[in-house]
Amino acid sequence: MKQVPDTESVLRIDGEGTGIVEQGLQYVANPYDEYAVEEALRLREKFGQGTVTVITVGPQRAEEAIRYFFAMGADEAVHIRDDEPQKRDALSVAQCLAEAIKDMEYDVIFCGKQAVDDDSAQVGAMLAELLDIPQATVVTKLEVVGDNKSAVVHREIEGGEEVLEIQLPAVITAQKGLNEPRFTSLMGIKRAMSKPIEIREMKVPEAKTKVISLERPPERPSGRILEGEDTDVVRELVDALRNEAKVLD
Amino acid sequence: MAGIWVFPEQRSGELKKVSFEILTIGRKLADKAGEELAALLLGSGVVMLASELAKYGADKVFLADSADLKDFLTEAYTSVICEAVAANEPSVILFSATTLGRELAPRVAARLGKGLATDCTELDINDAGRLTVKRPIFAGKLFANVAFDHGKPQIASVRPNVIPVQEDPKAGEVVKLEVRIDPSRVRTKLKEIKKETGARVDLTEAKVIVSGGRGMKGPENFSILEDLAASLGSEATVGASRSAVDAAWRPHSDQVGQTGKTVTPDLYIACGISGAIQHLAGMSSSKYIVAINKDPDAPIFKKADYGIVGDLFKIVPLITEELKKSAKK
Repeated sequence: MKQVPDTESVLRIDGEGTGIVEQGLQYVANPYDEYAVEEALRLREKFGQGTVTVITVGPQRAEEAIRYFFAMGADEAVHIRDDEPQKRDALSVAQCLAEAIKDMEYDVIFCGKQAVDDDSAQVGAMLAELLDIPQATVVTKLEVVGDNKSAVVHREIEGGEEVLEIQLPAVITAQKGLNEPRFTSLMGIKRAMSKPIEIREMKVPEAKTKVISLERPPERPSGRILEGEDTDVVRELVDALRNEAKVLD
Repeated sequence: MAGIWVFPEQRSGELKKVSFEILTIGRKLADKAGEELAALLLGSGVVMLASELAKYGADKVFLADSADLKDFLTEAYTSVICEAVAANEPSVILFSATTLGRELAPRVAARLGKGLATDCTELDINDAGRLTVKRPIFAGKLFANVAFDHGKPQIASVRPNVIPVQEDPKAGEVVKLEVRIDPSRVRTKLKEIKKETGARVDLTEAKVIVSGGRGMKGPENFSILEDLAASLGSEATVGASRSAVDAAWRPHSDQVGQTGKTVTPDLYIACGISGAIQHLAGMSSSKYIVAINKDPDAPIFKKADYGIVGDLFKIVPLITEELKKSAKK
């Protein structure tokens, strides 16, 4: 999982022009990772056994997101400390995660379908490849079947969905709709404060893609408010769309 | 050997529009780099698609035609692509940033140990002959210019609906690839593809999106947006804001914004959407934006090319009516 700026954040580009100013930003757990953790908790509850371990690569502040997932009910956490997250790309993070996970025991690895900061949508599939296990991305439904050796998953595709049977262990990336993440309770939050987090120092590989510069989207030219009687305004709008914007056939 | 490669996407023997978009941009990059453009066509019984690929600029079509490739399965496709890459060493590989491309491109990149830039909206070859791309981050609140810090292949995926398609007929010489897939290495099985019944075009591919927010007041009222979309042609569809989706008025697949889809239609009509920053991020790259809202101070009006302050329940049906009337003329 990953900690990201809240989606309501207004972003500023930093002095070097390649990153964002972190000061003043509110950081939260990546929304898609909430679905991932929730699904893992539900499997643990359904089978009445197992451990939900949260793993992240990130700076110290990412601990808050780990505590949030503890409050939801996660059992254990591994925090791979990386104080220069802006120097990483999806492959270097996936390599780091794979290195940490390869000696662990696991049945399913859940990730969010993408982090809502860099929007790469790569780490889950890359991690699956590096661990040599199958993957299903953008999953909206999951059911463990066949002596718990495989799962039937629904993936969102353009204009419909794809139903796949996938062998376990596998990487599943969670799409909104997979479940409704639970609220954290006061008890859960209290418990979360005292749970131990395993901190790992690890050399995070260098990124293979580099951000040269960041820029703001071009400003939209200021528009115009159409005023008058409803019927006149509507006629003016349709005329403008057809003849000015030329977006109607 | 080198070359610019594109991976055109087909399902059930039909090429998707985005395939022609990546061929078009691939052709431009190939001309600039002075390399040939090759399309990597995988499937079963798809040889007839090669001529279509040639029409949009493919000098060469690497064809992997096998019953084992009939369904798109990530591991099977990855192994065929990576073998072809090893044998031919292309300098660039372009995928489309669709649900299929998002599944496949990172797996290929990880196997090759190369970086990947996803969802690019601009691609170019710089003076050093290297690929540089521009990609939206934070759902379009910012754009990142990205370069690759390694040798070939440089891998990128291209956002649908951004590159205008252009024909540029080339030879499209078909080169058959040998397909060897170890079935034990394909650990997924396609059971079914469910099409939404009567589904309109997907949000990410739509030319026109009519979107509704909290101001729609309830799920039943979205019918007026469906009617408007229907009057705007077959490439129009209906979207929703996060509040409408969170209220369970619309399915999550309809959601536009930072935790939904980022969309780039020619025309985006926002109805009863105030314009939360995470929504604006997802739709600000639309070519034209129309906002209809009863609150004159709604932030959506700042992004709109045309704004109407008023009652959407009166205005939307009037637009539908006006479109039908003027279309008859």
